[in-house]
Amino acid sequence: MCTMIAVTSPVTGTGKGAEGWFPITQATVGYDHATHSGTAHALLLDFTNYDLGLDARVAVELDLDSGRALLAQLQSAIEAAEASGQVA
Amino acid sequence: MWNSFKTDDDHLGISAGITTYRAGNGDETHTYVVRPTTDGPVPGIVLVHHMPGWDEFTQEFAERLGRHGYLVTCPDLYCRFGHGTPDDVAAKVRSEGGVHDDSVVADCEAAAQWLRQDPQCSGKLGIIGPCSGGRHALLVASRVGGFDAVVDLWGGGVIMPDDQLTPARPVAPITYTADLDAPLLGIFGNDDQSPTPAQVDEHQAELEKHGKTFEFHRYDGAGHGFFYYHTPMYRQEQAMDAWDKVFTFFDSHLKR
Repeated sequence: MCTMIAVTSPVTGTGKGAEGWFPITQATVGYDHATHSGTAHALLLDFTNYDLGLDARVAVELDLDSGRALLAQLQSAIEAAEASGQVA
Repeated sequence: MWNSFKTDDDHLGISAGITTYRAGNGDETHTYVVRPTTDGPVPGIVLVHHMPGWDEFTQEFAERLGRHGYLVTCPDLYCRFGHGTPDDVAAKVRSEGGVHDDSVVADCEAAAQWLRQDPQCSGKLGIIGPCSGGRHALLVASRVGGFDAVVDLWGGGVIMPDDQLTPARPVAPITYTADLDAPLLGIFGNDDQSPTPAQVDEHQAELEKHGKTFEFHRYDGAGHGFFYYHTPMYRQEQAMDAWDKVFTFFDSHLKR
């Protein structure tokens, strides 16, 4: 099915694509038809900078369990970073 | 029927390629056109691509229709979002909440007009699409009118509760059922989650209420996108049977 589930937000960071590193300005997280993961649907993570073109994109497709694990890892890493007192 | 051509048919063949046409809002956008190799007039079909974009599956889909004697045009509904690989373009569209229904309707209406003006077109017109393209095919046929046959392949979102309406998809296509002026073929998998079998029932009831001409075929052992031979959703037996349903439907309404 086409879920049309997608949430987009601005981000600050860099990503490595086919042409090397580039600044990323936007993240979109969706759950819809997978392009390449071999499953019907997947969590679709796109880190992009459309000022540089449509191929300025780092794309990741994950299953839901992997997404939950990644969410926990992110939360854990953020908490550890904040606790370290070395937040940039 | 698939694979039922005569091996000595002089007209066996197609030509296909990308061209531009004046789409909605007067914009020059891409369309993929497939022409059967024949001297006589043939019916036209607008093919509406699915959410993953104007991709290779869609081009091969158009070519299959062309091999069965239809002049096909398949507009790139994402053309205004930019260009790149189909998945890069689809990601851009996804990040912006999807292509607007009004944009699709305008582009497909213009594509139908382009077909009518083509010297090879007999004047009979169909419209078909898979996935979001099925929903859009129904939406276009209902809002624009003038088609002779419409095929909805498992289009989800024909029925949309208020909390599923979005700026890009502000009205549920079922709302326009009374306006549908073409016979409708619907192909669905009973394991699909969008549309669910209950939603297909609801759509059927609405069509019956308005006295519309339609036929729905529902397949056990199949879910969404069961024509997609490039994905694990593919179901060979159900897909080939449904393809025959599509050709029989189009042939009966567009070639006679």
